Amino acid sequence: MEYILIIISAVFINNVVLAQFLGICPFLGVSNKVETALGMTGAVTFVIVLATMVTYLVQTYVLDKLGIAFMQTITFILVIAALVQMVEIILKKVSKSLYQALGIFLPLITTNCAVLGVAILVIKKDYNLIQGVVFGASTAIGFGLALVILAGIREQLELADIPKGMKGVPISLIIAGILAMAFMGFTGIVK
Amino acid sequence: MNQINVLTKGFIKENPILVLVLGTCPTLATTSSSMNGMGMGIATTFVLVGSNVVISMLADLIPDKVRIPAFVVIIASFVTIVDLLMQAYVPGLYDKLGIFIPLIVVNCIVLGRAEAFASKNSVFSSMLDGLGMGLGFTMALGVLGAFREIVGSGSIFGFKFIPGDGILIFILAPGAFIALGYLIALINKIKKA
Amino acid sequence: MAKTESTFKNMVLSLTLISLAASASLGFVYQFTKKPIELSNLNKKLTAIRQVVPEFNNNPDKEMYRLPTGDGDSLDIYPARKNDEIVGYAVNTFTKKGFSGNINLMAGFKPDGTIFNISVLEHKETPGLGSKMNDPAFRNQFNDKNPTSFELKVKKDGGPVDAITAATISSRAFCDAVSRAYVTLQKGGKK
Repeated sequence: MEYILIIISAVFINNVVLAQFLGICPFLGVSNKVETALGMTGAVTFVIVLATMVTYLVQTYVLDKLGIAFMQTITFILVIAALVQMVEIILKKVSKSLYQALGIFLPLITTNCAVLGVAILVIKKDYNLIQGVVFGASTAIGFGLALVILAGIREQLELADIPKGMKGVPISLIIAGILAMAFMGFTGIVK
Repeated sequence: MNQINVLTKGFIKENPILVLVLGTCPTLATTSSSMNGMGMGIATTFVLVGSNVVISMLADLIPDKVRIPAFVVIIASFVTIVDLLMQAYVPGLYDKLGIFIPLIVVNCIVLGRAEAFASKNSVFSSMLDGLGMGLGFTMALGVLGAFREIVGSGSIFGFKFIPGDGILIFILAPGAFIALGYLIALINKIKKA
Repeated sequence: MAKTESTFKNMVLSLTLISLAASASLGFVYQFTKKPIELSNLNKKLTAIRQVVPEFNNNPDKEMYRLPTGDGDSLDIYPARKNDEIVGYAVNTFTKKGFSGNINLMAGFKPDGTIFNISVLEHKETPGLGSKMNDPAFRNQFNDKNPTSFELKVKKDGGPVDAITAATISSRAFCDAVSRAYVTLQKGGKK
């Protein structure tokens, strides 16, 4: 039950993009096509889950043990950067097809604030390892959901007649605003 | 390059948020009031100036292949310094900005300026560049924060001048997206005119 | 100055040096800000306590003790004394029944269990609706009431509490948090 709560809350109520404002850059950047949006979601899910696990262990067994919790930001970002590199190298060696699908998104992920954001939130919320991983995975799903919905709408938008100044980023932001309004309807479903 | 130009190009012409559309996460998240927006802007400016200066000093000493990790360590150090200082001296603001202070480290503007400007220019112009970009960022955050606060809660810098609740949606998440969307559209319009 | 070449030795050396310098400067700033951070955290707590209990001159934070609630959690109790005589208890209480997440309150009681004042520490309720629990108009109706005669229930549930318009769930959650504090304090006994 507790896990279901975490999942519903992270996917719908506190949607990482539409309510917490994390990962907006890729949200605007790769939401042109549904296909790329799906690719990005796959890569992000993979990295977030992995990063949550590793940063959690680093925080519990290194930073807290040594009493240097103030080094959190610097350690986490290095761990994430190293992880992304490693995933890229391993993917390249192990699965060519998967690398081709996710490869181009990987370098972008280091600076996706959703990854670092989730890692820090897991520590802040005092989750244990399993809760943290569930939270990370469902956050990634929430990210994917928002991304795919926006991409679907933007594909249709290409056919629409939009005022010049509104094209591109502005109209995407306004659509995101309307989506955020729709997602607000989910608040209160978990009692 | 003209030093004044280095400083002022971040204000409008290459404004990091309104023109380059970088660093949107903190922009949307911390502008529910003008105070929070400005606070976030100033914290980011501090990191930008500090990391730009240090990186331009060290640029020649850092081998190219490990450039990015080295930059990230330097930026993360400055972010942590800001984090600790704010926690100590402006705890109220620190609580409001919360997780977005450590997240300055992944703000694309900071790494972007380090890579595109500080690693290739003198210490002094890198400092000006950091300051200009930071101020441009702060201005955009301030404008957006002020707009959302005036419309959403009928006040400015916490001073209430319209009684009642205001149009609440503007201090909530959807308002952030919509307000920024229109602001960028406005800038596009002005630039083309 | 010539550009340093990307030999293995140079790469390792420069990264090590930068990391060392970074850790050293962070350690210094940490030492320097440690005291002010502790002080500001303490002040935050004391300000909250001062709002909800009568005037005191001890340090409630030093005398803090924990009391178990009925359902496996525990609450922090801060006894306030003036010239060694108990004048009230501040209870850091919470509820999970909020409309969107936990609500954290500091509830102050006089020694006989009468509510002195309540302040909201943290909440995620909808701005403009549930957030009005922080308005004196709602909060003050609890002051000087004793929960033995003043049942902590909103009018809809048959109690005497005037709920916030359009935010019955938040009002109910507020009552839940206060009553948790009251019950825990009464049951756990006073020191």
